[in-house]
Amino acid sequence: MIDDIKSFYWRHAQRITFFVILVLLWFLFSLFIPRFFSYANFFNLARRTAVVGVVSVGMTIVLISQGVDLSVGSYVALSGVLIGSFLTGARGFPELSIPLAILATFLILGFLGFIVGFAINDLKVPSFVAGLGMMSIARGLAMVLSGGRIITGLPVEFTGFARMEFLGLPSLFIVLLVIMFGSSFMMNRTKFGRNVYTIGSSKEVALLSGINLRWNYYAIYIINALLSAIAGIMLAARLSSGIPSEGVMMELDAIAAAIIGGTGLAGGEGSIYGTMLGALLIGSLQNAGNLMGLDPFYLQIATGLVIIVAVALDQLRRQQS
Amino acid sequence: MEENNEYRITMENISKTFPGVKALDNVSLKVKAGEVHGLVGENGAGKSTLIKILMGAHKKDPGSGDIKIEGKKVNINNPLQAIEHGMAAVYQHMKIAPELTVAENIFLGRQPRNNGIINWKKMNEMAREVLEEVNMENIDPRVELRSLSNVNKRMVAIAKALSQDVNIIIFDEPTAQLAEEETEELHRHIKDLKDKDISIIYISHRLDEVFNICDRVSVLRDGKLVMTDRVENLTENDLITHMVGREVGDLYYKEEIEFGDVVLEVKDLEVESKIENVSFQLREGEVLGVFGLVGAGRTEMVKSLFGVHSADSGLIKINGKEVKINSPLQAIKSGMAFIPEDRHTEGVALTQDIVDNSNLVRSLLQANYGLLNAREEQKIAEENVEDLDIRTPSIFQKLRYLSGGNQQKVVVAKWINANSKIILMDEPTVGIDVGAKKEIYKLMAELLKQGKAIIFISSYIPELLGICDKIMTLSEGRMTSVMKTSEATQEELLYYATR
Repeated sequence: MIDDIKSFYWRHAQRITFFVILVLLWFLFSLFIPRFFSYANFFNLARRTAVVGVVSVGMTIVLISQGVDLSVGSYVALSGVLIGSFLTGARGFPELSIPLAILATFLILGFLGFIVGFAINDLKVPSFVAGLGMMSIARGLAMVLSGGRIITGLPVEFTGFARMEFLGLPSLFIVLLVIMFGSSFMMNRTKFGRNVYTIGSSKEVALLSGINLRWNYYAIYIINALLSAIAGIMLAARLSSGIPSEGVMMELDAIAAAIIGGTGLAGGEGSIYGTMLGALLIGSLQNAGNLMGLDPFYLQIATGLVIIVAVALDQLRRQQS
Repeated sequence: MEENNEYRITMENISKTFPGVKALDNVSLKVKAGEVHGLVGENGAGKSTLIKILMGAHKKDPGSGDIKIEGKKVNINNPLQAIEHGMAAVYQHMKIAPELTVAENIFLGRQPRNNGIINWKKMNEMAREVLEEVNMENIDPRVELRSLSNVNKRMVAIAKALSQDVNIIIFDEPTAQLAEEETEELHRHIKDLKDKDISIIYISHRLDEVFNICDRVSVLRDGKLVMTDRVENLTENDLITHMVGREVGDLYYKEEIEFGDVVLEVKDLEVESKIENVSFQLREGEVLGVFGLVGAGRTEMVKSLFGVHSADSGLIKINGKEVKINSPLQAIKSGMAFIPEDRHTEGVALTQDIVDNSNLVRSLLQANYGLLNAREEQKIAEENVEDLDIRTPSIFQKLRYLSGGNQQKVVVAKWINANSKIILMDEPTVGIDVGAKKEIYKLMAELLKQGKAIIFISSYIPELLGICDKIMTLSEGRMTSVMKTSEATQEELLYYATR
């Protein structure tokens, strides 16, 4: 039993330490910022972290496979526009029921993800470049389809979901939790998850161990696009509109959350839970800053510092072991 | 007692402690002028640490002895100072810029300039002079380094060292990727250096090389200097005993095993302009060695059997049935396994633990709704660690923290767990120390007894003669002979490999 606990700690030392740091930080904030330690504030924090959290999960999977996908922010905007258009029948879109609108958005985003995977696996385009290209394509599509305008008038049954709560938690955060547990299960307990780690560790090892690189690359980038689609739909529900200019720089927030959470750019390493802690840390800093009335631009500087310090500490830890 | 100033390098009572490990314990090493000094020991014995201290890449423990050059005490804090004191190192994985020209590599960071602009003409001339000094005037200083052969790349590194007025050169496993004849060529050049009164420290796992080229040899074991002596006073067995700390006996291990049915039959295998004319039969319990010089197509041949390069024509029969193999997965499903030459990039997933690595292939072959059975996998990994004597604190250890020999055992475990029948091994013992090599041979014997068959690629003829039942030679992609090991000799194999 004690051995089990020891072994558990040994394998998760990094994330456990991180969790402790996060709790200490919250404690510190609570001492100095009166409104920080309140149900209302945590509720708000959870709701705000939900969207970028879902995007970060997808980004983590891509990073573990030794890739990077810059198109996620554009995906979020495009799926917001798509779901809005399908639900309202704007600009010649067929007006669909909520489940069909979601399905249609998934199909289109899934296809875009497939194109990225195809470019990477079959056309040998580096993932950075493929993502850069798709970032522009998806953003352009969002602008063209919406005419550059915000799509409003989304049905209340749809937008109401974002305002619901279960067991005292915001519904969007529950979606994030479900996705987090699901993805973590997928990465740790399924063959696909292990294949992704192996591909990220070394493509040649994966190939020579009989892993089908093609299907795995397709799957990785389709899953990432679908997660971004979910995030885009969540955001559209929260904002009650589809905004074609949303999600700019969100790819960097997602990469930051993953990196702070211990996922490397070299592939083969990282975890969904680590990324969640990273996203919560960034969210907490921004939240605390807002409450203190700090200029948001200072918060941007602070986030940048946290990224560098977190990775530097991680490197230090690696050199010691 | 010998006079101290007879030695060009004197390292006295050097210790080095890493957190939790004493890597070097009071080690003393003395190297004379114009001497080739061998440095041998198993992986982890402290050879690299000692050299890194000498080259200024590591710091010795404070107050733990001195380094003297020509009898004068020196402090070496970084590689630049090492060069100033006349030392240079040629590493196994060389830090060179393959896209730059030979001349640029030699004068990197100190190119002759006119008003800040590189004077190419002068640089190329200077490079030519430097290359003449090592009798390599046939290398054109204007070509990109990557176009040179392996030996010539090393010679450029040596020329670079000499151009910096170096008189001590350290070779760390310089022949690891060289074929037999290239090794001989490099050794001739090293002897030339010695005649120029340059001192050489030569680190190698290949003891025959040590006897070939060294004047004296020092043995390290577990961070301690075990002995230093002239090679004439030693036998290969003495050295091994000192390195391992116990009698190893024969270097190779082979059991008499009754052959079973033919498991693999290959007829006229051909791969686009790389492989021609390869035909052989392999029976249960049999080891087929494959010998050839670098570039002979050995790796290409096994990779095409394994479905990495698809074959253009030819017939492959497994257990008497014809099969078409177009991907590694198909090869694996028909019972093949592949242990690649480069463990780090092709063999093990370094960021993954033993459980993941050892169950990787096995899980792909099992239908389990895409799920992994963690409990079963951990049990299997624990059995592997036990059966193969993999030295690790836990089955959850990441592969990057294991030694080369233990990593190789994990690769073997991966295929044992996949229940493979035909195991293709590409230089499986390169860079593994003597004791661990023998464990791999014993493991092979175990597998053969269970009716498995092995194809074994090696550049090292004594190893092939020691463990194979028959040996095939390849030359420029053609199969030039297959002979029984009992009828093969070193000369004959070399003859067919160069035909």
